[in-house]
Amino acid sequence: MSRDLTTSDAATLQAVLLEGGTTSVELTQAYLDRIAAEDAELGSYLHVDPEAALGRATAIDEAGTAGTGLAGIPVALKDVVVTQGVPTTSGSRILEGWEPPYDGTVAARLKAADTVLLGKTNMDEFAMGSSTENSAYRVTRNPWDPERIPGGSSGGSSAAVAAGLAPWAIGTDTGGSIRQPAALTGLVGHKPTYGSVSRYGLIAFSSSLDQAGPMARTVLDAALLHEAIGGHDPLDSTSIDAPVPVLAESARRGAGGDLSGLRVGIVRELGGEGHTDGYEEGVLARVAEAVALLEGMGAEVREVSCPAFDLALPAYYLIAPSEASSNLSRFDGVRYGLRVGDDGDRDLDEVMALTREQGFGAEVKRRIILGTYALSSGYYEAYYGQAQKVRTLISRDFTAGFDQVDVLVSPTTPTVAFPLGSRVDDPVAMYAADLCTLPASLAGVPAISVPCGLSDGLPVGFQIMAPALADDRCYQVAAALEAAQDAARGSRFLDQLPRRDAQPAGGVA
Amino acid sequence: MTTDKLVDFDEVLTRYEPVIGLETHVELGTASKMFCGCSTTFGAEPNTQTCPVCLGLPGSLPVANEMAIESTIRIGLALGCRIATWARFSRKNYFYPDIPKGFQTTQYDEPLCTAGHLDVEVDGETYRVEVERVHLEEDTGKNLHVGGSTGRIHGADHSLIDYNRAGIPLVEIVTRPIPGAGAKAPEVAKAYVTELREILLALGVSEVRMEQGNLRCDVNTSLAPIGSLEWGTRTETKNVNSLRSVERAVRFEMRRQAAVLDTDGRVLQETRHFHEDTGTTSPGRSKEEATDYRYFPEPDLVPVAPDEEWVGKLKAGLPELPAARRARLSDEWGISPTEMAWLVNAGAVELVSDTVAAGAAPSDARKWWLGELARRANDAGTELAELAVTPPQVAELIGLISAGTINDQLARQALDGVLAGEGSPAQVVEARGLAVMGESDELVAAVDAAIEANPDVADKVRGGKVQAIGALVGAVMKTTRGQADAATVKRMLEERLTVS
Repeated sequence: MSRDLTTSDAATLQAVLLEGGTTSVELTQAYLDRIAAEDAELGSYLHVDPEAALGRATAIDEAGTAGTGLAGIPVALKDVVVTQGVPTTSGSRILEGWEPPYDGTVAARLKAADTVLLGKTNMDEFAMGSSTENSAYRVTRNPWDPERIPGGSSGGSSAAVAAGLAPWAIGTDTGGSIRQPAALTGLVGHKPTYGSVSRYGLIAFSSSLDQAGPMARTVLDAALLHEAIGGHDPLDSTSIDAPVPVLAESARRGAGGDLSGLRVGIVRELGGEGHTDGYEEGVLARVAEAVALLEGMGAEVREVSCPAFDLALPAYYLIAPSEASSNLSRFDGVRYGLRVGDDGDRDLDEVMALTREQGFGAEVKRRIILGTYALSSGYYEAYYGQAQKVRTLISRDFTAGFDQVDVLVSPTTPTVAFPLGSRVDDPVAMYAADLCTLPASLAGVPAISVPCGLSDGLPVGFQIMAPALADDRCYQVAAALEAAQDAARGSRFLDQLPRRDAQPAGGVA
Repeated sequence: MTTDKLVDFDEVLTRYEPVIGLETHVELGTASKMFCGCSTTFGAEPNTQTCPVCLGLPGSLPVANEMAIESTIRIGLALGCRIATWARFSRKNYFYPDIPKGFQTTQYDEPLCTAGHLDVEVDGETYRVEVERVHLEEDTGKNLHVGGSTGRIHGADHSLIDYNRAGIPLVEIVTRPIPGAGAKAPEVAKAYVTELREILLALGVSEVRMEQGNLRCDVNTSLAPIGSLEWGTRTETKNVNSLRSVERAVRFEMRRQAAVLDTDGRVLQETRHFHEDTGTTSPGRSKEEATDYRYFPEPDLVPVAPDEEWVGKLKAGLPELPAARRARLSDEWGISPTEMAWLVNAGAVELVSDTVAAGAAPSDARKWWLGELARRANDAGTELAELAVTPPQVAELIGLISAGTINDQLARQALDGVLAGEGSPAQVVEARGLAVMGESDELVAAVDAAIEANPDVADKVRGGKVQAIGALVGAVMKTTRGQADAATVKRMLEERLTVS
């Protein structure tokens, strides 16, 4: 039973809870058991409080609400989400030991929905990275191959959900940090329209790009989790004042498999003809197969050119570090977190400098320096200003593209999960992991990654991008693709995951 | 304190032409802070009016206070500014413990209001002060350095930070450089701040209590040789926090810079601290090694786009502004613009108006506030409004004079009592026994005694030298310790000396 509980999708768990087939306590305990047994090696969590989780589960069981909505279902939060009284580090030493006095909106909404917080997941420090290797605390492994990275920066969330250490999780995406780890671990991950999920209580990396979103085992799960956290928040002035989108319904409709009339555009600049440098053949093959499946369901497919996408990477690596250099200024050792060198002899500037020197890791420092430089007087126009112009051009490419098609598609990543340590000394190679995900981030449009097969036994992600506020379209198309693949395979995608306890695969839920 | 050489003020003007400029920070009187719901009440226990947002805790986000934006636009409208149809907040990045986020949220290249002006009058002459911009930002926290002798960070044992003030909405009003004021530059600076303060009071956007730091001025001063086509290097004197100090700061900087220039020295572009006690300035940090603030648009806030209808409504709702009000009052009180200017410079317009409202004749009210009361304020080294006497009390005093209960001299004694906290003018007159003597036996005796004691003078008067009677009046007033009415005494003397 407990194996089933930890491999089921959340929608199934919801039904089982509602029927009384299990309790929130039993469910929570099943996940806690697997965390206890496997996470020492997997490294997906930074903080787990079994007592608190079971306490909440007990209260929900006693209230008799488990199974209504998300009530009673456990969830994991990326450690970038501020949680009241629960240590929150954003993967950085500089926040070690900080217990926030408030809940971020995402955490508050999941709490209000009576979910059970399993723990906080590992991440690249301040969400800067594509492999989770920039975490100040621990290495997270890919459940498909423990010698490979789980993606990043939401790698703790991706590893936990893929491995059955959480039924689903919240990630955040600045340049691909939900979609890329989801793709590399065989999950569904969605980056919502910028402004449609509150940023209040997400420790900011790049304010104009950051969005929280769901990471789940199925498209429907992702939609359910997204609905729980989405919608207007008066505490975030960039939050869009629009009703919570109807997403689960779109996912269910999509699973029906009828895409007739849907216009699909393949982005030439993201792995298309003349733009295949750096893309693995296996990845391109799986993506082509996925496109063929969509076509088979009635979609009209054509190629769309978005020339400015070629400039997304340099633009992103000016805008994100610029904003980060300012967002991270508050970590000065004065009010919370780490303080180094306050020995009575050193002056304020020295204590601040020492704190930041010892509190931040190499990648964070690299980006602070990059951003500080890009914003400095005399260089602002040439770097930050130009990057903003590129951003406008990318948005125009999307607008023009969506004049022709309903969704744009591409690989989520150019390659499958790469080996641990293989890119840590080559930042540019590391940055290239986000090549396909950056344009949607810069334009603020929604994008989902859904598994589309294996290459060399490792998952490949298929990215579906839609116009702003048309998140439902992402879910609909992704669900259609998922259903078609599941039907052809005769099993769910994650059932292919090699079992670490050597039990035979298949036959679950 | 300062070892600066100074040139005589009048001499400065023989060789140099000053250019001044003012940056004024006004704490708005909104109930809540600029980007969160925390209270703005002054004087609360440290760090009791804070939340994740104004403490800049990780993950927190700002939401702009609409009332503060409205107040800023109203200030802009009152100064005749152009109101932006699209404005943005920016981040000013620098490290200091009193800014909790590591940056101050302010406005940089896209402020709410631009290109206004304010006309001020000094000695009957009008000076137009061009206002470059009015923008909105957040205040910083307050550092308290404990254990040092200076209250500055150097030498302190430890420092405490109070974030109650952090995030209070702050409006910055920046003038363009003001050339051409010459010798009047210090007074123009003061008159500008005075007039600005009046406008802010009339708008009701701030309490503008300078002693509480509601209104803080940075005063820029530069000198150039007379006839020079280029302006000199300016200094920025920070936190000049009273009207009087604004004038003193300009005056001091002019005298100091002249001495530097006279010796072929170079005026350093720097910020300077003003010292209230000595009226001097001393160097702060040098602008030439200043921080690069790396301004960029605040991505956590959406742009502000005040629409025409809203701005129109705010414009229509502006109160009568001080200049218009003064014109109307001048009419009502029958005084000239120059006379009104005296009242303005003395900070007495509201005081006189309130005194008139309490029943005094305008001429009497003006006479008292500009005369005796101004003298008292000057002696005490305070502003007129700070005197411990209210306009209704002044009106009461004037009423007692008009009724003949006291004369001017007794009134001054009654004022002593009021200022000493002995009660209302009537109470002081009663308690101190200051009422004017009627034609009592005591006064008759005093008059007779004066004639008897000064036979020579009395003879002169009898002989037709009428003006000599003054000496006798004086003698009577002296013996009655001023309590007699001089006119009555004079009439009684005339009767006895049959001058007719």
